[in-house]
Amino acid sequence: MSTVLVIAVAVLVFLVIFQIAKASEYVAILKGEDRSRKENNKINGFFMITFLIAGLIGVYYCNELLVDKTLFAQPSASVQGERVDDMMKLTLVITGIVFVLTQIALFVFAYKYQENDNRKVFFFPHNNTMEIIWTVIPAIALTVLVVIGLRNWFFFTSDAPKESAVVEVTGKQFGWIFRYAGEDGVFGKKYYRMIDPANNSLGLNWRDSADINIKDDPAAHDDIVQDQTMYVVKEKPVKLIINSRDVIHDVGLSAFRLKMDAVPGTPTTLWFTPKYTTKEMREITGNPNYQYEISCDQMCGNGHYSMKGIIEVVTQAEYDEWQAKQKPAYYAAFPDKDPSNQQQAVPVAVDSAKKVTALSSAKSISTASN
Amino acid sequence: MSNEAILHSSVVAHDHHDSHDDTHHEHHHHETFITKYVFSQDHKMIAKQFLITGMFWAVLGGFMSVLFRLQLGYPDSTFPWLEDIIGKWGKGGHISAEAYYALVTTHGTVLVFFVLTAGLSGTFANLLIPLQVGARDMASPFMNMLSYWFFFLAGLVMLSSIFVETGPFSGGWTAYPPLSALGSASPGSKTGMDLWIIAMALFVVSSLLGGLNYIATILNMRTKGMSMTRLPLTIWALFFTAVLGVLSFPVLLSGFILLIFDRNFGTSFYLSDIFVSSVGALPNEGGSAILFQHLFWFLGHPEVYIILLPAMGMVSEILSTNARKPIFGYMAMVGSMFAIAILAFLVWAHHMFVTGLNPFLGSIFVLLTLLIAVPSAIKVFNWITTLWRGNIRFTPAMLFAIGFVSLFISGGLTGIWLGNSAIDIHLHDTYFVIAHFHIVMGVASMFGMFAGIYHWFPKMYGRYLNNNLGYIHFWLTMIGAYLIFWPMHYQGFAGMPRRYYDFSVWESFKQFADLNRFISTVATIVFFVQIMFLFNFFYSIFKGRKVTSTNPWSSNTLEWTTPINPGHGNWVGEIPEVHRWAYDYGKDGKDFIPQTTPVGDDESVH
Ligand code: HEM
Ligand SMILES: [Cu+2]
Ligand SMILES: [Cu+2]
Repeated sequence: MSTVLVIAVAVLVFLVIFQIAKASEYVAILKGEDRSRKENNKINGFFMITFLIAGLIGVYYCNELLVDKTLFAQPSASVQGERVDDMMKLTLVITGIVFVLTQIALFVFAYKYQENDNRKVFFFPHNNTMEIIWTVIPAIALTVLVVIGLRNWFFFTSDAPKESAVVEVTGKQFGWIFRYAGEDGVFGKKYYRMIDPANNSLGLNWRDSADINIKDDPAAHDDIVQDQTMYVVKEKPVKLIINSRDVIHDVGLSAFRLKMDAVPGTPTTLWFTPKYTTKEMREITGNPNYQYEISCDQMCGNGHYSMKGIIEVVTQAEYDEWQAKQKPAYYAAFPDKDPSNQQQAVPVAVDSAKKVTALSSAKSISTASN
Repeated sequence: MSNEAILHSSVVAHDHHDSHDDTHHEHHHHETFITKYVFSQDHKMIAKQFLITGMFWAVLGGFMSVLFRLQLGYPDSTFPWLEDIIGKWGKGGHISAEAYYALVTTHGTVLVFFVLTAGLSGTFANLLIPLQVGARDMASPFMNMLSYWFFFLAGLVMLSSIFVETGPFSGGWTAYPPLSALGSASPGSKTGMDLWIIAMALFVVSSLLGGLNYIATILNMRTKGMSMTRLPLTIWALFFTAVLGVLSFPVLLSGFILLIFDRNFGTSFYLSDIFVSSVGALPNEGGSAILFQHLFWFLGHPEVYIILLPAMGMVSEILSTNARKPIFGYMAMVGSMFAIAILAFLVWAHHMFVTGLNPFLGSIFVLLTLLIAVPSAIKVFNWITTLWRGNIRFTPAMLFAIGFVSLFISGGLTGIWLGNSAIDIHLHDTYFVIAHFHIVMGVASMFGMFAGIYHWFPKMYGRYLNNNLGYIHFWLTMIGAYLIFWPMHYQGFAGMPRRYYDFSVWESFKQFADLNRFISTVATIVFFVQIMFLFNFFYSIFKGRKVTSTNPWSSNTLEWTTPINPGHGNWVGEIPEVHRWAYDYGKDGKDFIPQTTPVGDDESVH
């Protein structure tokens, strides 16, 4: 019903405007075309200057209203992102100045030089000095931006520091899979034809498969595979090895000011150093539900908008605790190989001893990958 | 006195210009309805065909944006009428995710290619090239006609894709494989994608036929005295546009052909190591998904200039005419367009900074991309200087031309952000990009097109558009465009990704619900304002105020030396000879000196 009403009102407004416009055209003709043109010119000239003033106020007001909802209201969560923020601020200043000056010139000239019978037009077809000046000045400003930009770009894309943690991120329709190298610090081999959605979502080489020339890779037996949430340590660089299982996705890390595509068949990498734990960020933003979200930033199908991952940034101690609880994915697929499932056969005392070793070896991974 | 009579009595009252015999020019051959209006070979009729077909697509593409903005602005409301118009895609009065993506994709494709490439270049290259260089028609009127009909066919195929069972293509206008290659990955990539590719292939054929013709006409068919450096800037712009199209569209076609092979014939150009949940592991190995992006953007980037340059050319012409002052720095304008045309081919990978591109290669593209800002800056400064100390008449065309400059500044400056890879790594594929390209390419070129329509409507139909509706159209659209797209920069600053159907589950992006509602509301109003323009357009074709002088804007260029309603062949007698450039406004105290006026002995030289 309300839609019908809206449409009816729209049509009505439309007809009224049309009739008025038509009528005023008749009036204009009766009045004399020249005179009505001059009147219209005055009105539009006035609108030009009004638009400029209202527009500049609007730009300011829009900023007041919205800037707190953007990432400018919170510090960058990564060391890299701080540089992105700095660059955006510098670029904002430079482009902002140009924006204000050129818009003012445009609309003020339009207003000031509106038609006037007494003005003699200045025949001014070219002026080499002026043209050289406004070629050179932008060129210098842009050079500055390029130099700063490229220094940062080479920093962002440089090799990750040796001590970085490494996490493999794989996108699929529509979710994220994370893999850690496990006890040996080595990612086992995988092959996409080994993928089994039930228990081997990444296709790790867990068995011999002569027909496709695959050998069981022991390094894959201790890899830890997790969906949805990734754990990283505050202030410790982390390198992501990014893959896709099906179409192109993109690991979007807006809080860290970074992103990188996930391309099937061509792994990409990205590294960064988180600065604040999730808990700290909750305090900084004052939002108790704050999460570091991974948003998929490349169109990947109808569920693209729901392809969310979470990054938990934690302290080293919390990380170790979390890691101690993780079991290699191999054991979920082959429960009989899992040492903790062989407990009937072993006495209770030995079992608890096993747990202790499991824990300490978990610790040693984190030091190994340090 | 009836309204009609008032309108047309002005013929008598105000004929301070030479009143020309505007009865229809006689033809040496007989025309039927079919040869005159359908399979016409007259460039002016073909221009009108392109324009009106473009308008059809603009309405459809614009309406699609209203529909998907409804979802973004009012995700919790239901609109029962949606089910009536889009059926199962709008079940329960809600646009489904599938429909959302189909709408966004078709909106993008249609507006970029059908409206702002065919609708803009097709209309004004056809209308203006022969008229402004002084030719009776295009080099090959027949090819020109084919160009339109291939476009028409492309449109039919695209339209038919909306009605197939699995829906139209929904993977974004950039059509990146593997998504676009695998029907199993998305229903839109089934039949809908086949039709999308066929439509685009036909479109490429159309634009090649058109482009070659434009180049041939400009190079070979200029009238006596019309040296290249006397060409109006519109023609220079259309020339560079055609060159860009001819060199880059074939590359796109090659990309599409490989895609067709991957889709239908089991090749692996773009496919490797893929496991799709619904069908399991695919046999393809060794392809590169990124290869397509290189081929796509090798067209895709020049494409944005294919869209922009004609608008720039028309704006230059209209600004100068209505400021009653020569365009400032004619040679610099031509030079900067040349620079833009060259650089347009050397910056494509700035769309691919985050694909895992070699960082060194990326840095080269940063450099070249920011270099392109220099000729763009020159153009802006020259336009502004053209206004300085002029004597400006605010015709609706002039308003849109000024609006174009304002939008081009606003959108061009954000290009400096995105061209710097170290910023793009954060803002890529967010609403910042949506804001950037809509302002600089979408709306700005639309403004160029409106300016052109208002300015040359008298030449096309021998009547005027209603001025007052033109003023309303301009101011509401100008305000609306900024209200819609300016705040989107802030959504981008929050990292809000584009191509998202729903933001409500995202802690990082859901704070913009109010803003989204505001944007959607304004977008709907702006859409209706465009409908008002169309009403004005079609009404004025039949009922508009009649043009009574051959040169209503007191302009210098050749099209205003033809009769008010020129027939096929344009000039009744000899084609006039040209003696000067097109921008002698305000010279030696004379308001304007047409190109056909010989240079006087005592005339000053510049
Ligand atoms: C009423 C005016 C318009 C509005 C409100 C509008 C709105 C939008 C929005 C919100 C999106 C992003 C949707 C999403 O990512 O989920 C979009 C996409 C797009 N629009 Fe527009 N638009 C308008 C006019 C235009 C024009 C004139 C062009 C011509 C160049 C254009 C070209 C595009 C393109 C190429 C895309 C990208 C499509 C894709 O992601 O595949 N739009 N539009
Ligand atoms: Cu996605
Ligand atoms: Cu580009």
